[in-house]
Amino acid sequence: MMNLSKFLTVFLIGALFLTSCSDDDDDPNPANDPEVITTMTVTLINPTDANNVVTLNFLDPDGDIGSTSPTSNVEGELRTNTTYNGSIVLLNTTENPVERVNEEIEGEADEHQFFYLTSDLGITTAYTDQECDYNEEPCEGTNARPVGITFTLTTTDATGTGDLRVLLLHELDKDAEGVAGGNDTNAGGEADIDWTFENIVVQ
Amino acid sequence: MKGLTLILVFLISVRILSAQDCEQSLTGRVIDFHDGVPLEGATITFNNQMIVTDSNGNYTIDGLCALSYAFTVSHEDCNSQVFTLDIAKVSTKNFYLEHHLNELQEVKITGKDRTETSSAQEATLDQNTIEKYSSATLGDALKEIPGVSSLNTGSTIVKPIIQGLSGSRVLIMNNNVRMQDMEWGDEHAPNIDINTAGSITVVKGASALQYGGDAIGGIIIMKPNRVPAKDTLFGKTTFSAMSNGRGTATTTRIAKGYENGWYLRGQGSLKLLGDFEAPDYVLSNTGVYEKGASFAFGIHKFEYGLDAFYSFYDTEIAVLSASHIGNPDGLIAAINTGQPRIIRDFTYEISNPKQEVTHHLGTIKYYKRFEELGKWTTQYDFQHNQRFEFDIRRTEERSRRPSIDLELTTHTFTSEFEFDAKPNYSLKTGVLLRYQDNFADALETGARRLIPDYDRYEMGAFFTGEFTINESLLLDAGIRYDYTYIDAKKFYLQSRWDERGYENDFADIVIDREVTGSQLLTNPIFDYHNISSTIGVQYSFKKHYQLRANYALAQRAPNPAELFSDGLHHSAARIEIGNIRFDSEVSHKLSISLQKNNEQWGWEISPYANFIEDFIILEPTGDLTTIRGSFPVWEYRQTDAYLLGIDARMYANWSKYWQTDHNFSLVKGKENDSNVPLINMPAPNVTNKLTFLCKDWFNFQASLESRYTFRQNEFPPNIFVFSQNAGEEVELEINTPPDAYHLLNFDTSMLFKVNKKNDLNIGLTINNVLNTRYRNYLNRLRYFADELGRNILLRISINY
Repeated sequence: MMNLSKFLTVFLIGALFLTSCSDDDDDPNPANDPEVITTMTVTLINPTDANNVVTLNFLDPDGDIGSTSPTSNVEGELRTNTTYNGSIVLLNTTENPVERVNEEIEGEADEHQFFYLTSDLGITTAYTDQECDYNEEPCEGTNARPVGITFTLTTTDATGTGDLRVLLLHELDKDAEGVAGGNDTNAGGEADIDWTFENIVVQ
Repeated sequence: MKGLTLILVFLISVRILSAQDCEQSLTGRVIDFHDGVPLEGATITFNNQMIVTDSNGNYTIDGLCALSYAFTVSHEDCNSQVFTLDIAKVSTKNFYLEHHLNELQEVKITGKDRTETSSAQEATLDQNTIEKYSSATLGDALKEIPGVSSLNTGSTIVKPIIQGLSGSRVLIMNNNVRMQDMEWGDEHAPNIDINTAGSITVVKGASALQYGGDAIGGIIIMKPNRVPAKDTLFGKTTFSAMSNGRGTATTTRIAKGYENGWYLRGQGSLKLLGDFEAPDYVLSNTGVYEKGASFAFGIHKFEYGLDAFYSFYDTEIAVLSASHIGNPDGLIAAINTGQPRIIRDFTYEISNPKQEVTHHLGTIKYYKRFEELGKWTTQYDFQHNQRFEFDIRRTEERSRRPSIDLELTTHTFTSEFEFDAKPNYSLKTGVLLRYQDNFADALETGARRLIPDYDRYEMGAFFTGEFTINESLLLDAGIRYDYTYIDAKKFYLQSRWDERGYENDFADIVIDREVTGSQLLTNPIFDYHNISSTIGVQYSFKKHYQLRANYALAQRAPNPAELFSDGLHHSAARIEIGNIRFDSEVSHKLSISLQKNNEQWGWEISPYANFIEDFIILEPTGDLTTIRGSFPVWEYRQTDAYLLGIDARMYANWSKYWQTDHNFSLVKGKENDSNVPLINMPAPNVTNKLTFLCKDWFNFQASLESRYTFRQNEFPPNIFVFSQNAGEEVELEINTPPDAYHLLNFDTSMLFKVNKKNDLNIGLTINNVLNTRYRNYLNRLRYFADELGRNILLRISINY
């Protein structure tokens, strides 16, 4: 019976431990998904006319697992035969203060690349930035590859409406054929953004 | 001088002795401690005299002197015991002998097989089979049993399915401790090293009520080998090397027993495997690094005993790189191309996505027997489960942090009394208290919690009985009550809260509406009262036949994933959503097993029907548009369903050398109202095995096994999602099963006696001999890659 009393002692210690750790009634810390992108704004500025600005807005206030579907719209109209200076801004407004997601992409520019894809109205895009714009290293070798935070969009003389698909890939093969030229076919990688803005008017 | 003293003492003793009155007598009975039955033919020996008990166990010894004697009491079924009595003080004495000691020692019990229940469908894997799977997983080994299949994530995460049901519906008892290792997730394998088990029994259904009332699928009972109560030291080392995965697994165990009942037992395992290979390509990032150790000590006396056990399990499992996709177009592309997106050179390196899981289990158990009454057992166990899941996240820095960090701590106390003194019935009753705490470390992950923090309290009480009506008829029955109380702290996105319509029903559980990021903090407190019961009969007839019939009612409270899941699973590119409105599942299962066993051949046929009210299923229901495209949404849903199935088994010993085994299993699961098939039901399969045995030639055995798995033709409809690439809604073939497949496996082994005590067992196994290319419906990664190609395993095991 000596063993029984030993056992009971062990059990009582266990029970004490049990009650002591069940006594945490503190509320847990809230956590947001920091990878959430709630706001994406693509701005296209006509360098010859400061009043001709086209803005593509994407809004998903509850992030990608929230039940509300994101919405997007296009403000302004593109003109024919014009090259626009484009830039993209990504925000996470669920954080306080609001997080500028661009910084994260700039910080790992060698792992990320935006693609601006369309086959409508002869519209073409081209990169105007390089990885070296976001770091201190010299602009040579792989550090000269594009990222796509800034770009140009050129229209032809065709008018009508077109779509623009914005793709952000990470862990892609930036050296694969065509990738540096803005073609995602051989890029591989994984999509952080894959969104199509519809009904962009060119006239 | 010393010699002189001795002689002096001797002389004085003789003087005293001769002065004694040697007319004393001793009377009494020799009785079986266990059930109080008097033992006829027991012998009592002392000073070269021997007395034998009569038919009532009575004895009388005359002519004793008034001093101490040592009586050795023996009976053919019992261990001899020595009692020292002072005849000056005692004239009557009943001697109790330990009649059932052979059952306790369990070195090898012959004759009556000891099953967990009398009437349910059961099967047991013995030591040899377990050893064959030493380098694999519990789920792989259990597939030897008809009716047991597995839900896989790749080839190293293997969850057992019993008669179509898995996850929380399957209880796993490890050393009499119910595993609490987050069994709720499809990609969470049991955190068990198969090498800790000496035997594994599967009860197909909820009939073993002493373990739990919610085993709608069944119970897997893993028991260690016992160390005999004699002075002994033995051990065993098994080393396996395999070609596929290019790795090794080693396991060693050692046990020390003492005559006085004490024992020590230790065991350790180490497994290191690199990338596996399908017939045509490397399955990049599929390695595994697993460590396990266990240690036990205790004392086993007939009247009482104490066991202490601790085990540690740690595994790092790589998840196929190609299975991580950013959006549904990735899934569509994977299904269409039929080849993994990422194929790299072979490596042992484990990179993201991966899982790192650690499980600690400690238990202490005490038992005491009461004469002519029974055995009382009480146990405390502690479990700590830590799970990290690493994903490929947007930046490398984020990828270094786990996406999931859950810590599950469980304390359980059980106490049972088994009344086994009467020959024609035995009763068992017991209680259970359990406390569980889940902690999701959101600061570490920097991500929303997939499973919230919670405290769970459980209480249970059961009463079971087994009645022997006559030699051929046994009856068993039981009832159990379980109370579950769960107190969680859960954040909801306001939009999800509204979409689910929770505001109407659950406004009172909101404790903070002003949480950053449009979230609500809620405090769901739910409780569930569950009753389970079972009744069954075992009838043995015509010498070799046995019929078992059983009805089991089981109720299961929804698990935390079913209630609270709410998030994106990257590995499956799916959003999983739980439902806090769920009630307990209620299952009514009828099962029959008819079997014949004799030397030449035997068979078993086991049909069953399981009717489940409020069955909880997780299935794709639609898609959700996000910035990354539209993801399939998997929702938990409750419905009434039924499962009908049959397991069959046959063996034949054609001659001294040749033997064959044949297994077949079939299950059909459908929803009651719509008759829509349930998701993830195992396809019918047939296994045939031809074995050649030659005992004279170093126990040589060689077997060729054919496993044919039919295509699952009954599956729920596919869903349609919006594809950015196609620019329109497309059918996502997320439920379409792959084709049927046929596998050949070869196994051979020989046993060499090195000397009297040591032997050496060498085995060679070739799985998928023909290097067949196939995909398995019950593999969650079937969209992305083929199953394993040929695998040659060499196994060397030394007993010492």
